[in-house]
Amino acid sequence: MAAASARAANVRDLTRPVGGNPFTRDRRTFLDLLLVSGPNTDYDPVEVSTLQPEEVEAARDAALAAIAEASDLEALKQARTDHAGDRSPLALANREIGALPPQARKDAGQRIGQARGAVNQAFAARQTVLEAEQEERMLVEEIVDVTLPSDRVPTGARHPITTGSELIADIFVAMGWEVAEGPVLEAEWLNFDALNLGPDHPARTMQDTFWTDPSDDAMVLRTHTSPVQARTMLTRTPPIYVVCPGRVFRTDEYDATHSPVFHQVEGLAIDEGISMAHLKGTLDHFATQMFGEGITTRFRPSYFPFTEPSAEVDLICFVCRGTGLDGAGSESCRTCRGEGWIEWGGCGVVNPRVLAACGVDSERYSGFAFGMGIDRTLMFRHGVEDLRGFFEGDIRFTTTFGSDL
Amino acid sequence: MKTSVSWIKDYVDLPADVTTEQLAARLTALGLKLEAIEKPGDQITGPLVIGRVLTMEPEPQKNGKTINWCTVDVGDANGTGEPQGIVCGAHNFAPGDLVVCVLPGGVLPGDFAISARKTYGHLSAGMICSSRELGLGGDHDGIIVLPADAGEPGQDAFAVLGLSDEVIEFEINPDRAYALSLRGIARDAALAFDAPFRDPAAREVPPADGAGHPVVVDDPTGCPVFVARTVSGVDPAAPTPDWMVRRLTQAGMRPISLAVDVTNYVMLEIGRPIHGYDADKLTGAIRVRRAQAGERLTTLDGTDRALSPEDLVVTDDSGIIGLGGVMGGESTELSSTTTRILVESAHWDATSMFRTGKRHKLTSEAGKRNERGVDPVVCEAAADRVVELLIAHGGGTAEQGVTVVGTPPAAPSITIAYDLSARITGIEIDADTVVTHLEAVGCTVVREPETLIATAPTWRPDLTDPYDLVEEVARVVGYDQVPSVLPREAAGRGLSREQRLRRRIGRLLAGAGCVEVISFPFVGDATFDALGLPSDDLLRHAVRIANPISSEEPCYTTTLLPGLLKAAARNIGRGAPGVSLFETGSVAFPVDRGPAPIFGVDRRPDLDELAKLLETLPLQPLHLAVVLAGESERAGWWGEGRTSGWADAIAVSRRLADDLGVELEVRSAVREPWHPGRCARLSVGDLVLGHAGELHPKVCKAFGLPARSAAVEIDLDLLMRVAVDVVTGPELSSFPVAKEDVALVVDDSVAAVDVGEALREGAGELLESIRLFDVYTGEQVGEGRKSLAFALRFRAVDRTLTEEETSAVRDSAVAVAAERCGAVQR
Repeated sequence: MAAASARAANVRDLTRPVGGNPFTRDRRTFLDLLLVSGPNTDYDPVEVSTLQPEEVEAARDAALAAIAEASDLEALKQARTDHAGDRSPLALANREIGALPPQARKDAGQRIGQARGAVNQAFAARQTVLEAEQEERMLVEEIVDVTLPSDRVPTGARHPITTGSELIADIFVAMGWEVAEGPVLEAEWLNFDALNLGPDHPARTMQDTFWTDPSDDAMVLRTHTSPVQARTMLTRTPPIYVVCPGRVFRTDEYDATHSPVFHQVEGLAIDEGISMAHLKGTLDHFATQMFGEGITTRFRPSYFPFTEPSAEVDLICFVCRGTGLDGAGSESCRTCRGEGWIEWGGCGVVNPRVLAACGVDSERYSGFAFGMGIDRTLMFRHGVEDLRGFFEGDIRFTTTFGSDL
Repeated sequence: MKTSVSWIKDYVDLPADVTTEQLAARLTALGLKLEAIEKPGDQITGPLVIGRVLTMEPEPQKNGKTINWCTVDVGDANGTGEPQGIVCGAHNFAPGDLVVCVLPGGVLPGDFAISARKTYGHLSAGMICSSRELGLGGDHDGIIVLPADAGEPGQDAFAVLGLSDEVIEFEINPDRAYALSLRGIARDAALAFDAPFRDPAAREVPPADGAGHPVVVDDPTGCPVFVARTVSGVDPAAPTPDWMVRRLTQAGMRPISLAVDVTNYVMLEIGRPIHGYDADKLTGAIRVRRAQAGERLTTLDGTDRALSPEDLVVTDDSGIIGLGGVMGGESTELSSTTTRILVESAHWDATSMFRTGKRHKLTSEAGKRNERGVDPVVCEAAADRVVELLIAHGGGTAEQGVTVVGTPPAAPSITIAYDLSARITGIEIDADTVVTHLEAVGCTVVREPETLIATAPTWRPDLTDPYDLVEEVARVVGYDQVPSVLPREAAGRGLSREQRLRRRIGRLLAGAGCVEVISFPFVGDATFDALGLPSDDLLRHAVRIANPISSEEPCYTTTLLPGLLKAAARNIGRGAPGVSLFETGSVAFPVDRGPAPIFGVDRRPDLDELAKLLETLPLQPLHLAVVLAGESERAGWWGEGRTSGWADAIAVSRRLADDLGVELEVRSAVREPWHPGRCARLSVGDLVLGHAGELHPKVCKAFGLPARSAAVEIDLDLLMRVAVDVVTGPELSSFPVAKEDVALVVDDSVAAVDVGEALREGAGELLESIRLFDVYTGEQVGEGRKSLAFALRFRAVDRTLTEEETSAVRDSAVAVAAERCGAVQR
């Protein structure tokens, strides 16, 4: 009984135009339909031959066969025109129903209706199958080679010296320091005198200076970023914690390890009770942040006019971690040449003479300062063999480093 | 400063087990930095022994050579005591000579293993060695013939040849001039190992007697002490003893003659530079004075020099005979015929030495020491040592009379708080340790209740301030004792606005496909010519460098373009199909306000003084430049590539301005080095930021860039000044958008931006956006005309716009464009 009413419902459905989403159709409806649409010879309207059960069955079967044969949506469309269109046998037969006597109409109508219903249902089912097939085929046909290159638009990059300077600045900013800057064409007094490098100081010959013309203009291309420290002390009151990255100039030859233009970062801390211990603590922290856990520093006595006591600072080699041996443990470490240490820069306690020239009360305050080459630091951090790579502007070099270090 | 380890050991008894590496490390820790260690015998393995040639039989060979079949007494070194048979190809020796033999089992430099082998019909059991074979250099092929008293056959030859004597090279800082001598190095070595020190300058010297060569010092400030001694009867042909030659060579000095070698040797030993005169060429008294303007001197190096009134000179009756303390003159130079030598051992004012050396560009071993400061009290000892060596090795006689003029300046006293060393180093150092260590470095210390008063040793003129003494204490305690402590946290303000903006600009440009470049900021006239700048262009007025790297590029640049264009050309030259580069950096414009002031250093300059200083410095604005050359998008499987052009340069400028919230005004302009018809002036209000567009074809050619290369240069300081600090968030309407397209025909000369502006103004508040999407020229619009197609989007914040409203707004927009720009709707 339940099956019969379901069939009835389905039969009624068949009278509605074919349409709707083929994916949401119930497949069972179609199977049921095939059962219902079997030959029915109990009733026989005789007046119109096209309405003969045999004719209707033949037209229906021809339609069903055409549908089944349709191998793509195009063929199905043609079959629809041929077998379900206005000029199709079943449509034409349907028109004849009106010509029947009233008592015959019911049977003929039912017969035609069932046949057309079966055909429409078959169209819908075939449509669903063919659409699915076509989509399947489309997805196969549209397969691309995802390994094709994507280098249509060239990649940009920032300079490693810029990003390296930022990395350093960030390490210090995280400790509450600030980043100070100054001009590269600098007054002689700020570059030298204020830093305890008087006109007759032998150390002035250690720095091969570019002077502006005429040379009695007392102006230089700064030989270090230390004048920024002087400017900071002259314009601010302690406590001062500043780091000064920047471009500096020396009359050096241009080769794999020297350049007339290079970059330095210097640090300056002026506060009450500052000692070499704070300098060591700061540089150890800096080294660890730049080169990894366990990489700390050592001091060796040295000389700089602006600091006293002065030290050179070495870094535990971050490659061999101080052993001086390469990975295999047999040869010398390439990075530190077997020393276990890498020379990193200079540092010391700010000479009270510098504090005096810059207006800092050396009775109350003491300070430390340090400086190292950014280019050189990056050279050994990144295994760059030739300093000139930084200044040639070859995009192959620079893009290697990307937009940040 | 280089010295053999054995020389150091002459003055200090180091523990026997101390290696050269340990010695160098300890001295480095004390401030005498190890530069290198040389080990001459490093690559030789024994047995390498002294042998005495017993017989040698020359045997001519078929190949034309004559070899010597020798028997050599090598003592017990061969285990048998029998003579060793050795074939030798050299001929510079004779039976009875002492030679150096390497026996089978030995290895010479280059992994040359020695074994007994059959050669020229004999079994040759070893080799008689030449200098070259031992890696000692040597420029002849002969074997080494040792002096007759060199040792006994069979004795190890390493020591005799100095092969086991390692050489340390130190890098001596300017404050440690005392360590430019064996005396100084040995003193610190003694300090390092707590070993006894024998001072080579501590010697009995004959007293000054006024009977020596007359000397008058007119300038006692410049020359506080002048000691003169004379030695006569020196054999000018007398050779310098081997040990002295070896030590000088090890120290990096070239042996010249006995007299010169002795003065150099004593300089290295005691640290006091000595000058020797040919005494027979001196006429009258020696005087020391400052030179007078116009005076000249030909120095030892053959250079004729104009002297400055600041130069200290040594004269005799003949005139100027030397540049005091720096270099002697030619006329009284020691020569191959000199038999009578006047030894000058004088103390000179360091500053004068520095200035003279710098003025005459003279660097010498003597000058280096004199300008850094030499112990003033060793003049007599050094002179006496020279006399001693000339007598011992040159057969000379010391003449009667010792001249000593002047007295050494007194060393200053330095007052230092007991706890200063501890406070400044952060190391726990008590008062007793401070005193002990200061005394260990040679200070005389007096304890006062509150402070110490230290007098620096005479060889330490660098010690003048309390902090100098702190460094001395610290280096003896050891820098490795400094603890590692972070300073207190400071309340920092983070990066400045400009610092953040610069990062942002860099990231934006990299994101836009540009690669950052850092180039040298040096330019010259040729650079400006290549840019096509007119002769009176302001950019040609640049800061000049007095000593540029290249005379072609003597100026600090006023524009970033040259460096960038060169970098672009370099990339193209290396095969890049195209590049987009940018650089940010400061340029400089002279202000021509005279020299920068030089202030004293005893106090801070006041605000006015500082302001004056700053005002003399060139203006140094931060610039940004971009160059876009060649391919900007590649051809590929996706289709055609694209070449950069003027529009890309303007686009990147606009993108930058947009990001910073700046409304950039773009106007056509004529500015070198850009194409006169394809250059835009970029401005914000009244501020001109810079220019962008296609480079002039001649500029592309001059720099070797692809045609149509484009560039931007702007003043980044100005752009950052107008950048929006705090952006106000937008209010967005979600009512539907109404779109209207209009095509307006205007004269060619009308700028698109003006038409757009007119439309914007005419449309009023309801206009959400306007975009020019097409430009058409051609027959349909007529000669000298162009059609601009704009897409307008309208939207109200509070309602859906009706069709009537939209078309009314469009019409009023078009009306304003018609009125202002003569636009006709198509």
